[in-house]
Amino acid sequence: MKVILIGDGKLTYFLGKKFVEEKHQVTIINAHSAEAETFSHQIKATVIFGDGTHPTILEEAEASRADLVLALTPHDEDNLVACQIAQQYYGVSRTIALVNDPSHQQFFEQIGITIAFSATQILANLIEKRADFEDIANFLAVDGGQIGVTEIILDENSSAIGKALQNLALPAGALIGCIIREGRAFVPSGGSLLQVGDRLILISQPEHYEQFLEVLT
Amino acid sequence: MKKSLYIAVIGCGRLGSILASDLSQQGHEVVIIDQDKSVFAHLGSEFSGFAITGDAAEMNILQLAKLNKAQVAIAVTGKDNLNIMVSQLAKTVFNVPIVLTRILDLLKDEIYQQLGLITISTTKISAEIFLQTLQQQLEE
Repeated sequence: MKVILIGDGKLTYFLGKKFVEEKHQVTIINAHSAEAETFSHQIKATVIFGDGTHPTILEEAEASRADLVLALTPHDEDNLVACQIAQQYYGVSRTIALVNDPSHQQFFEQIGITIAFSATQILANLIEKRADFEDIANFLAVDGGQIGVTEIILDENSSAIGKALQNLALPAGALIGCIIREGRAFVPSGGSLLQVGDRLILISQPEHYEQFLEVLT
Repeated sequence: MKKSLYIAVIGCGRLGSILASDLSQQGHEVVIIDQDKSVFAHLGSEFSGFAITGDAAEMNILQLAKLNKAQVAIAVTGKDNLNIMVSQLAKTVFNVPIVLTRILDLLKDEIYQQLGLITISTTKISAEIFLQTLQQQLEE
C-alpha cells in the first residue's frame, strides 16, 4: 500500500516507522526542514520537505498513486485542506485527518474525509468509560487489532456481580475467555456466576468493546 | 445594499479591517474575529460592530460570533487553509447563505472554486491590475 503521511513530531515519526516495518511504501511530507532531514536519515521512507497542503508538493509525493493519505499536523485547517486536495484533486480514496478541536470531527467527515479522529476525544472516552475499572491491564491487539484481549477486575459496583454469564446481555463478537478467581484460572461456562474481585480475560472485536464493558460495569 | 445584514468578517488584517469598517458604515451589523487583539486598532472610527479575539480554527469562537445568524461570512485571514476551512464550516455547519473566501494561492483558488466556494484571489486581481496599468503607461 502506498501511504502519504503529512505532519511533524513524534506521531508522524513513529507512524512512519510502523508503516515502513509493515512493508508499506511510505512518503512523509514535513514542513520543517531540520526535522525533515532527521526523518530522512532515520526512516526508510521518501521524505519531502514542504507544505503538504499544496498541490505541487502532493504532486511530488505522487498523491495520485496513493492508497491512503494521513494528515497529522497540529493545525486542523491544514489537515482538512491536505485531505480534501488529495481526495478531490488526486482521487485518493482513503483520507485520515487528525482533528485537534474535537468539535470539528463530524464536520470533517460530513465534507468527505474518510476518518477524522480526535486524540482529545479518544482519551476523554477512555477515561470516562473505563474509570470504573481500576485495573485494566494487558491490552493486547491481535492480528493488526482485529481482536483485542483485555483483562479487567470486577468491583462491587458492577451490575454483573452474582449473575450467570448466560444471563448477561453480552454483544455478539465478545467473549469472556477466562476467569481468574483467588489465583485459579478457569474457562467459564454459561452457568458460571461472577463474583467481586474476579479477573476476567475479555476477548472482543474492537467495535463491540465499549458495549462489552458497559455490560460489566 | 438597503437591508441591514448580519455579517461576519474573519481576519482583521489590512483587507479585513477595510471590509469591516466599510460594511459597518453602510449600516450592517458586523462582527470581526482575529486572534491578535492589537489588530483591531486598524478598524476605522466608523466601525460600530463587535470585535472577538480568538482563533477562528476553534469552533467555539465561531459559535461565539453567532455565525449561525449571519447572512454573510467573509474569510480574509492571511492563511489560505484557515479561510478555506472556516468558509466550509460557515456553509455546511452554520448554514450561512453567502460565503466569500480569499485565497492567495492560485492553484488552491482554482481547486476550491471547482469545489463550490466563491473564492477571490487577491493575488490574481493585483497581478491583473499591475499588468493593465503597465499596458496603459506604455500606450501613453
